[in-house]
Amino acid sequence: MQILHNVNIDWLGKTKYFLAISALLLLVSGWAWYSQGGLRYGIDFRGGTVVYVRFAEMPGVDQIRAALAQRGLGNSIIQQSWDLTGASTNEVVIQLELQAEDEVEALEAGKEAILAALRGAFDRPEPNKQDFNAATPDAVAAALARRDPLGLGPAAGERYNELAEAVLTFRDRERSGLLTAFEELRQVEGINDAALAALREQFYLGRFAVRSAEIVGPRVGQQLRQQAVLATLYALAGMLVYIAFRFEWVYGAAAVAAVVHDVLITLGFFTLFNYELSLTVIAALLTLVGYSMNDTIVIFDRMRENLRLMRREPLAEIANRSINQTLSRTVLTSGLTFLVVLILFLFGGEVLRGFSFVLVVGILVGTYSSVGIAAAMVVGWANWRGRGALTGSAAGGPRKTEITDRRLATAGRR
Amino acid sequence: MSTTVKTRVFLILALTLLSLFGLFGLPKFPPTSWQDLRENFENRIKLGLDLRGGTHMVLQVQVEEAVHLECDRTVDRLTDLLRDPAHNIPFEEVRKLDSTHILIRNVPADQAGTLRSLVSDNFPGWDLGPAPGEANSYTLTMRATVAAQIRRDTMRQSIETIRRRIDALGLTEPTIAEHGRGENEILVQLPGEGDPARAKAVIQAGGQLELRLVRGGPYRTQAEALAQMGGVLPVGTELVRGRAERANPGEPQLSEVWWLLDRTPVVTGRDLRTATVGPSTRSPGRYAVHFTLSRDGAARFGPFTEANVGQRLAVVLEGRTYNAPVINSRIDDQGVIEEFSQQEAQDLALVLRAGALPASIRYLEERVVGPSLGADSIRQGFIASVLSLILVMILMLLYYKKAGINASVGLLLNLVLLLAALAYFGAVLTLPGIAGVILTIGMAVDSNVLVFERIREELRLGKAPASAVDTGFSRAFLTIIDTHVTTIVSCLFLFLFGTGPIRGFAITLTIGLLTNLVTAIYVSRTIFLWQLERAGRQAALSI
Repeated sequence: MQILHNVNIDWLGKTKYFLAISALLLLVSGWAWYSQGGLRYGIDFRGGTVVYVRFAEMPGVDQIRAALAQRGLGNSIIQQSWDLTGASTNEVVIQLELQAEDEVEALEAGKEAILAALRGAFDRPEPNKQDFNAATPDAVAAALARRDPLGLGPAAGERYNELAEAVLTFRDRERSGLLTAFEELRQVEGINDAALAALREQFYLGRFAVRSAEIVGPRVGQQLRQQAVLATLYALAGMLVYIAFRFEWVYGAAAVAAVVHDVLITLGFFTLFNYELSLTVIAALLTLVGYSMNDTIVIFDRMRENLRLMRREPLAEIANRSINQTLSRTVLTSGLTFLVVLILFLFGGEVLRGFSFVLVVGILVGTYSSVGIAAAMVVGWANWRGRGALTGSAAGGPRKTEITDRRLATAGRR
Repeated sequence: MSTTVKTRVFLILALTLLSLFGLFGLPKFPPTSWQDLRENFENRIKLGLDLRGGTHMVLQVQVEEAVHLECDRTVDRLTDLLRDPAHNIPFEEVRKLDSTHILIRNVPADQAGTLRSLVSDNFPGWDLGPAPGEANSYTLTMRATVAAQIRRDTMRQSIETIRRRIDALGLTEPTIAEHGRGENEILVQLPGEGDPARAKAVIQAGGQLELRLVRGGPYRTQAEALAQMGGVLPVGTELVRGRAERANPGEPQLSEVWWLLDRTPVVTGRDLRTATVGPSTRSPGRYAVHFTLSRDGAARFGPFTEANVGQRLAVVLEGRTYNAPVINSRIDDQGVIEEFSQQEAQDLALVLRAGALPASIRYLEERVVGPSLGADSIRQGFIASVLSLILVMILMLLYYKKAGINASVGLLLNLVLLLAALAYFGAVLTLPGIAGVILTIGMAVDSNVLVFERIREELRLGKAPASAVDTGFSRAFLTIIDTHVTTIVSCLFLFLFGTGPIRGFAITLTIGLLTNLVTAIYVSRTIFLWQLERAGRQAALSI
C-alpha cells in the first residue's frame, strides 16, 4: 500500500495562504487568551487546593455547588470528569481559588471544609460506625480482630491484617475505592458471613471517596512557574544550538520559530477549551517541541541533501521537492502518532487529560507548520540575502557536509 | 545464515534474555506460575507515588531561626562578660540588630582595646567593627561562613530528626531528602500513606523543646499580664501561652494561661540525650518524662539551677508552655517533666528521643493520592498503551506488509528493553512516565517509517533490494539521530527542572529513545538481512 507517492505540490507557491492560516490561528489564540484573561494556571503554578472525589451516585453539579456554598466555598470550581473506559465517571474535581496572602494552613482548612461540606450534603453516616470507604487497613484489621469472625482466638492479629489488606485492595483496585454494598466483598477470598457481619456492624458505606487531594502553597507555585518557563526556554535554546551545529543557524532559527508558532497556537486552543496549565502540561509542551522539531528536521535534512544534488535548481524548487519526498513519511508518522495520543486522550483518564490534549492539537499544528511554514522561512531568508547566502554558508561548513557525504557513500557501498 | 547475521541474532537474543531476566527473574523448576512472574515484575518496576498512592509533602525549615538563636545567645553571653568583674567594661546597651548583627553602644574610648581582645578571645565566629554614624559604638557581625554553617547544620539536623520520627511510624520505604528546588526545603514521600495527618502530627510534634526561666505568671490573659507590668515587658522577656495547671478545688478551671519567660532558653532539645516515661511521683496515676542532658547541657544547667533554686522553670514545647515546675535543687544532667497522661508522656518521650527540630518548619506543598486513583491510573495507562500498540502494529502491517512484521517485532522488543532498563536503573514509573512509554511507541514508529520510506524510494529508483536496504538505513540514520537528539535535549531540561512525575516522564522517554536506536536500527536491519539471505539477494522485498 502506498499513499502520496510521487506527489508534486508547489508548497512554497502557497506560502502566502499558509501565512494567512497561521496568522488566523494565532489571532484565534490571542483572542482566546484575551477573552479568558490569559492562560489559566492550575494549582501547580498558582497555589491552591484541589480535591478529587468519586461519588457512589453522581449528584448534580448544582447540588455540589450548593453544598459548598453553604460552607462559604461558593467560589470553588467544579469540574466533572469523563473517560471512555468508564473508570472516571461519577467523579468531580473541586478546586479552591487561592485567596491573596493565603498560606498553606488556610489551604488545608479549605480542604477540610470541602470534605465537611460533601459529608454533610451527600453522606449518610450511621451512629457509632466508621466510613468503610475511608477506612485504613489498620482500622479494618482492628474491627475484624475485635469480633474475631473466623474464631481464631487472640493470636489472630496477623491473619486479620492480611484479610483487611485483601479487602481494601479489592475496594481500591476493583471498585475504584468506593464500595456500594458489603455483599460485593464476598468476592474476596477469606470473607465469610461472620466477617461480613462484623464489618457491617462497625462500618457504614460512605457515599463518596476522596481520590486525591493536593495543596500547593503560593510560593511553590511561583517557583514552579519560574522553573517551567526556564525549562522551556533552555530546551528551545538547546535545540537551536544543536540544529545550528548540525545544519546552519538559519535552519535552527526557522525550526525554533516554527516550534514557537506551534506552542503559541496549541496554548491558544488549550485555553479556548478551558484546560489548565499544570506541570504535566509543560512536559507535553516540551514533547511537542521535540516532535514538531523532528518533523521539521526531517524536511531540512532532505533539503540539505538535495541542495548538493540539485545545485542549479532554485531554492524554492528544492524545498518543494524535499517536502514532497518526505510527505508520505510526514503523513504516516504524524497520523500514527496522532492516533496514539488520541487514544491517550480518550482512555488515559482525567489526570492526563490536559497532557494528551496538548499533544493531540500540537501534533496537528506541528505537522502543518513543518510542511507549510518552516521551509518557507529558510527560503524567504535565502531569497532576501541572495541565494549565495545559503550555499555560501553551506560551503562555510563544507568539511562537515563532505564528511557526512563520504560516510554516506561508504555506508551505501557496504 | 551468514556469520554476520548469526552474530547479530546472537547479540539480540542475549540482550532480550538479559532484559527478560531483569523483568521476571530466572525461571524456576517446577515451572514458575503466572502469579510468580507477575509478582516478580511488580517487585522490579518501582511505581511512583501517583501510581502507588501515598503522601508527598514539601516542608521548609526556617533555618534563620537557628541563626537568630545563636545571635540571642551571643548577646546574653556578651552582656554577662562585659558586666563580669574580671572585665567590667561599661556600656549603654547590647542589642541584636538582626540575625547576624549586634550593636554595642557607648563603650568608653579607653576600653576599646579591652573590648576588642574580649571579643576575639570569646567569640571567634564574630568580627568587631565601629558602628556607622555613632561614636564609641561597635557592631559585632557574625562571619558569613559561620552563619552558613549554622544554616547547613540546621538543615541536616532537621532532615535527620524528621527521618528518625517518620521511621518510628514504621511506614514502608519513606523518602526524606533535601529538595533541590527551593531554599531549605525537605521532601517527604510516604508511599501507601493515605492520611498525612498522622505523619504531620509526628513531624510537627514538639518541634522545639526549650527550658526557660519564669519571670512572672501565670496570668489569666495577655492583658492582665501587661497590666501588671505597667504595659511594658521587661527587656529580654516575652509572654508565652501555656496550658493551665489543674485548678485547686473551688476555683474555675482555666483553659490556658500566660507566662512571662526569659527570651533565651537555658537548654534546648539539642542538649537532650535521652527521655523515658515513668510514673509520676507527684500525682498517682499520672505519668512523667525523665530526661538526661548532654555534658555540655549539664554544664550550663547545673550552675543555672543552683543559682535559681525556688524559681520556676518553664518547659516550652513548640512555643507553648507545658508546665512550669519549681526548681527544688541543683539539677545537673537528670530531670523530670511531670504530669501527663500515659499517651501524652509517651508521645513527648518519643519526640524528645528522636531529637527536637532545631528550627520550626512550614508546609509548602502537600499532595495525597489515594490508592484507588493510582490503581485506576495504571489500568487506564495500560489500556491506552496496549490499544496504541495494537493499532500501530495493525497499520504498519497493512501499510508495509512483511516489513510491518519487522517493525512490530522492533516495537515489542523496544518495550521490553525499555521496561528492563527501568528495572535495572531502579527508575520510578509514574503516570506521565506511562505517557512517555506511549510516546516512545510513536517515536519508534517514526524511525521505522523513515527507514522504510527511504528503502521504498531506493527501490523505486531501481536499486536491488539488498542495496536499497543498505542505502535506506544509512540515509535515514543521520535523520534518526537528529530527531532523537532534539527530543533527548528537551527531556534533559525537563529532568533538570522537573520534579517527581515529570522526571519520570523525562526518564522513560529518554530511555525509550535510546532503546529505540537499538531496535529501529540494529534489530530491524538484522531482520532485513536475514530475510534477504533467506529469499536470495535479488528476490523482491515485501515493503
